[in-house]
Amino acid sequence: MAKIHVNTTINGSPTEFLCDANQTLLDVLRDTLGLTGSKEGCGSGDCGACSVTVNGRLCCSCLILAPEAEGQKIETIEGMADGDKLHPLQKKFVEMAALQCGICTPGFLVASRALLAKNPNPTETEVRYWLAGNLCRCTGYDKIISAVLDVAAEMREGAK
Amino acid sequence: MSEVQYMAAKTVKEAVKMMQAAKGKGWILAGGTDLLVQMKSGLRSPGVIIDVKHIPEMTTVVEKKGSFTIGAATPAAVLGENKKLKKAWPGVIEAANLIGSTQVQGRASMGGNLCNASPAADSVPALVAAGCIVNVQGPKGKRSVPIEKFNSGPGKTTLKNGEIVVSLTLPARPKSSSDAYRRLIPRTEMDIAVVGMGVSLTMKGDTVADARVGLGAVAPTVLRVARAEKALIGSKLDDKALEAAAAACSAACKPIDDKRGTIKYRTKIAGVLLKRVALIARDRVKGIEHHMHDSWA
Amino acid sequence: MSNAKYKWIGTRPDRPDGADKVTGRARFGADFNLPGQLVGKVLRSPHAHAEIRSIDTSKAEALPGVKAVVTAKDFPEQANLIVPTGEMQVNLRDVTRNIMAREKALYEGHPVAAVAAVSEAVARQALALIKVDYKVLPHVIDVLDAMKPNAPVLHDGMMTEGANPPATKASNIAKRIEFKKGDAAAGFAQADVVIERDFSTQAVHQGYIEPHAALASASEDGQVQVWSTTQGHFQVRGFCARLLNIETSQIRVTPTEIGGGFGGKTVVYLEPLAIRLSQKAGKPVKMTMTREEVFRASGPAPGGNVYVKIGATKDGRIVAGECIVKMQAGAFPGSPVGPACMCSFACYDIDNLYIEGFDVVSNRPKVAAYRAPGAPISAWAVESAIDMLAQRLNMDPIDLRLKNAARKGTKTAYGVTFNTIGMVETLEAAKNSPHYKTPVKPGYARGVAAGFWFNVGADSSAAAHVGEDGSVTVISGNPDIGGSRASLALMAAEELGVDYDKVRPVIADTASIGFNFVTGGSRVTFATGLAVVNSVRDLIRELKVRAAKIWKVDPEAVIWENGMAKPAGSNVGDFKPLSIAELAAQAGRTGGPINGHAQLNVTGAGPGFGVHIVDLKVDRDTGCVSIGRYTAAQDVGTAIHPSYVEGQLQGGAVQGIGWALNEEYIYNKRGRLDNPGFLDYRMPVASDLPMIETILVEVPNPTHPYGVRGVGEVPIVPPTAAIGNAIARNTGVRLVDLPMSPPKISEALDAAAPRMAAE
Repeated sequence: MAKIHVNTTINGSPTEFLCDANQTLLDVLRDTLGLTGSKEGCGSGDCGACSVTVNGRLCCSCLILAPEAEGQKIETIEGMADGDKLHPLQKKFVEMAALQCGICTPGFLVASRALLAKNPNPTETEVRYWLAGNLCRCTGYDKIISAVLDVAAEMREGAK
Repeated sequence: MSEVQYMAAKTVKEAVKMMQAAKGKGWILAGGTDLLVQMKSGLRSPGVIIDVKHIPEMTTVVEKKGSFTIGAATPAAVLGENKKLKKAWPGVIEAANLIGSTQVQGRASMGGNLCNASPAADSVPALVAAGCIVNVQGPKGKRSVPIEKFNSGPGKTTLKNGEIVVSLTLPARPKSSSDAYRRLIPRTEMDIAVVGMGVSLTMKGDTVADARVGLGAVAPTVLRVARAEKALIGSKLDDKALEAAAAACSAACKPIDDKRGTIKYRTKIAGVLLKRVALIARDRVKGIEHHMHDSWA
Repeated sequence: MSNAKYKWIGTRPDRPDGADKVTGRARFGADFNLPGQLVGKVLRSPHAHAEIRSIDTSKAEALPGVKAVVTAKDFPEQANLIVPTGEMQVNLRDVTRNIMAREKALYEGHPVAAVAAVSEAVARQALALIKVDYKVLPHVIDVLDAMKPNAPVLHDGMMTEGANPPATKASNIAKRIEFKKGDAAAGFAQADVVIERDFSTQAVHQGYIEPHAALASASEDGQVQVWSTTQGHFQVRGFCARLLNIETSQIRVTPTEIGGGFGGKTVVYLEPLAIRLSQKAGKPVKMTMTREEVFRASGPAPGGNVYVKIGATKDGRIVAGECIVKMQAGAFPGSPVGPACMCSFACYDIDNLYIEGFDVVSNRPKVAAYRAPGAPISAWAVESAIDMLAQRLNMDPIDLRLKNAARKGTKTAYGVTFNTIGMVETLEAAKNSPHYKTPVKPGYARGVAAGFWFNVGADSSAAAHVGEDGSVTVISGNPDIGGSRASLALMAAEELGVDYDKVRPVIADTASIGFNFVTGGSRVTFATGLAVVNSVRDLIRELKVRAAKIWKVDPEAVIWENGMAKPAGSNVGDFKPLSIAELAAQAGRTGGPINGHAQLNVTGAGPGFGVHIVDLKVDRDTGCVSIGRYTAAQDVGTAIHPSYVEGQLQGGAVQGIGWALNEEYIYNKRGRLDNPGFLDYRMPVASDLPMIETILVEVPNPTHPYGVRGVGEVPIVPPTAAIGNAIARNTGVRLVDLPMSPPKISEALDAAAPRMAAE
C-alpha cells in the first residue's frame, strides 16, 4: 500500500510527510516529525496528554488520522513558546509548581491556552470542566487550576 | 499488513459512491472519536475509511423557518457555539456537549454518535426527545427516518449498503417549548452514561401541552418512553404526574449489569432522572436556567 | 511561606528542569530513539490460569522483518532469593517468571513471548503467528476465595510460611505474620465499648499517565545500554544483571524523565525483554506498553479484607486493638501485608495490640508498590473504626485521636520506639485549621481520618564538582519524579552559601555515579538530600584546603562563610576572602580539579503523620458524592521547597479520593480485566475536586541537618476513611467496602431505608 503524502502546517511552518492511512496524527508528530512533546498516555482519547489544536480547535491527536491533517493548521506544545520566550502559561506553571513529573504538562498547556483564547474570564468551575479531559495523577489539579486562573487574570489585566 | 485505505469525499454523492465501491468494508469517518478507538482495539477493521468532513452539507447547520438541519459530521463544539440552535434546543446542545472531553467535542459529531449506536450515546436521548428526523442518502436515493427507529441494537444501525447519514433535522418548535438532558455518571465528567435522559416539553401556562421523553443506556437502543409522555401531558408536573412518568421510565428499562451500573441501579435512576430533567425543561420554558455544573441537590 | 532560619530552604524558586518540561523538550521513556531500532512487542496470555504445554515460535521467526523472538528459555532459571525493590521485596525466582511465564500463565496479560521487528505492524503480525498450547485451568481472583480449602492452587508446593499450626498441604496463602504488644484479650476485657467490623478494598492502579517504556542496545562485546522510565535505574541494572546473567558493570542504565511512578516503576517488565531481544537481533530494541497492557500486566496495588476490633474505656482511651489483614499478592507472593499490619495502629499509643496478616496469591498481576504500600488498606479499616468509636462515645474525632495519639517514646506493635514525631502537632493543626473551625454547610457532613508511614533512608551517592568558572554541579542518582532536583539544589545552595541559580543539579546514569536506591519510600529529599549535603561539605573541605594552600596557612585556620573561604580570625592573617570562582581559577596550581563526594546508607528517616478533613454531601437518590472542601495536614519535617511539599499532599490526597470513590479493578467471570483503560478505571478528573488545602506542620527531623522528613507517601493513607467517615455522618450509613461508588452508596442507602425510617 503506497504511503499518503500530506501537506499541512504545524506551528506555523509548512510541513510535509508520508504516512499510512491508519497512523494517527500523534504517531506522525512523534515518530516521523520528531515532535515528541505530545505524549501518548492512553491512545484512546481519555487522558488528553496528546492534546493539540487543529484550526484553533482543541483535540486529541491520538483520535485524528494523519491523512486528516491535510490542509489544516496544527499547533502543538512545541509552538507555544515564542522563540526563547515562554508563554505566560508556561512561565506560570513553573512558578507555581503546577507540574511534578511533567508528562501531562504539554497537554494541559495546550488545553489551557485554548480555553483562554475562547474564554478570557473563566470561573474556577469552568476551568475544571474544560480541563476534565486532561488527566493528572501527580498534582491533584490544584496548582494547575490556580495557575490558569492567575494567568487569565494577568492576561485580562495586560489587555486593558 | 494493514491495507486500510483513506479517502476524502467532496460531496455526498461521492461519499455514497465510495461506500458502494467498498462493498461492505467502507466506514465513514466524521470526528473519528469512536472509530479510531475501535480500530486500535481491533473491534472494527475498515478496509476503506471515507472522510466526510470536506462535504459542506455534512458540516454546517442550516435554519429554515425555525427548523434546523444539522450536518451529521458537525463537531459538537461547533454546535455549542451556534447561539440560535442553543436557544431553540438547549437540551440537544448540552447533550452533544457531554460527549467525552473538550478535546473529544472538538471532533465528535451527533451523526457519529448516532451511527456508532452505543445504547449509552449521549446525544441520542435528547434527539429522540426533540423528535429528530435522520436524513439518509444512498445508492437508491434519499430517505428520512424518525431517530427512535434508526438504530436496531448495540452497534447496529438500519443503514443499508452504501447509505450514509447526511444530516439531522430538528422540527420547528411551538412557542413555550424547551428541552433538557441529564445523565448519571459516577464522576463529574469523562464517563459513559449509566443512564441518559432527554425531555422536551411544550407548555401552555403551567400545564404540559406536549412532551417527549428519550431514555438512554438502559436498553439495547435508546427508548422513546410514550407512557411517560402520556403521564406528563395535561399535568402541571405535580408530584403525582412526575411519579407516574418516573415509574413508566423505570418500567421501560431493559438494562444490563455491567461495569458501569447494575440493573437495579439503572432502573431506579431512570425514574430519578425523569423527575429532575422534566423540571429543568419546564424551568427553561419559564426562563429559569439550571446550569449543568450545579450540583444536584 | 519561607523559613526564617534559612536563606534558600523554604523558598519557592523555579525548578531547574522547568523550561524543558513546559515546552515538550524534556524526554520521557518513549521519547528516546536510536538509529536502526526495532520495535518490541509482547505476547500475553489470554487466560487467567493455564499450564503452558508448548510454544511454537517458528512461523513468527520466519516472518520477514522479524529479527528476534524470545520466550522463557532465553532467560536463565533463578534461585529462590529475596531481594529488596523499593519498599517491597521480591523473589528472583518469581521475578523471572513474572517477566516471562515459564510453566504456567498465572494471570491474564502474563507475558509468554516477545518479538522484535522492523515495525509495529510486523511485530503484531509476528505475535499472531506464535502458537501457544495452553491447558486452561480453573482460576481464582478474590482473596477470600483463594484462601478457601478447595481453591485452585497457583503454586504447587507453596506452604504457608508462619502458619500456626504449620501447613501440611499447598495453598494460596504464601505467608502468615503476626505482631503483638501487651495482651489484647486482657485489654478488650477492660473495655467499656468495643467496635468491630469487617472491611474490604479492591485492587487499584498507581495510574501514572506515562506507560512503561524501555530502549535497549546490546553490543557485540557484551555491553548493554538501556534507557528506561524508572524510579530506580540502579534497580533496573541489578535486576537485568541477574535475570540475564550479565555483570552489573556491563550494563549502563540511563533514567529518562519519568511520567509518574508512585512505586509502580520500581520493578522491571520490559527492560530484560528488550535487552535479550537486542542481544539476539544485534540492533537496538524499543518497547512501550499500551495503556491496556499497563492495567493488565504491570503491578497494581493490592486489595484486601481487613477485620478490625477496638476497645475503649468510656473516657475515650483505647485499651486494645486487633487487626487481621488478608491481602492480595497477585500471581506471586509478596504483597505489602507487613507494612499494612505495622502501620495499622501506628498513629496511636495503645498498650495491647494483636495484628495478623496473610499474603495470598491469586490469578491477577503481581502487585507492586503504590505510595505507602499496604498502609491505606489497613487505615481504611482502622480509621473508620476509630470514627465509629467517636460516634459511639459522642466525642469529637480529633479529640479522640489526641487522647490516644502516638508521641515520642510510644512503642509500636512492630517494636520501634518513636523519636521526635509530629502526630500531636498535626492533630492540633487540623483542629485549629480554618477548615475545621468553619461550621459544616447545610446538607454536608465532615469526616476526619489520620494516617502514618515510616519513610525510608537507604543507599545514596552524590558528588559535587566545581567548573572552571566557579559554578557548581551537584550530581546524584535518583530520577526526579516530583521536583526533587529543586530541593537538592536548594540544600546544596544553602550548604554552600551561594545562590540557588549557581547550583546545577544533574541526575547521572548508573555508570556515572555510585549506587543509589530507588526514588521511592519518600527518601530522596531525606537520604539523597543528605548525600548531596555531605558531598557539598566534602567539597567545602577541599575548597578550604585550596584556600589554605594559597594563603600558606593550616586548613584548620580557614572557615567557609556565605560562599567564600575566609581566615578563621584576624590572627590567621589579613587575607581577602576567596570565592569559588577564584579558587577554581587556581585549581590546577593547588592540587587539580575540585570535587566532593559522599555515599551513605542512612536510617532515621523519621515517620510521617497526616490528618485529613473532608466536607462532602451525598445525593440521596443517586449515591453521587460531591466534595465541598478538603484539607490535608501533615508533619513534613522542614519543607525544603514548600510548593513541592504541598504538591505531594495534594497529589496523594487526590489519589486517595479516587481510591475511596471510584477506582477498582473489575474482573469478569473468566478472570479477565473488564476495565483496562482510563474510561472505566475511573481516576479523579479536575471537575470532581475542589482546591486541596494543605497545612505543613514543620516538626524538624533531628537526624537530618535540615530537619527533612519524608512526605510523599503519608498523604494517600487518610483519604479513604476520611471520606467514608463523612459519608457515614451525612447519611447515617456506614460503608465498609471500597470503592464507595454511586451504585454502592445508593444500594446501601436503600437497604438502610427501612431501618432509618423506623428510627
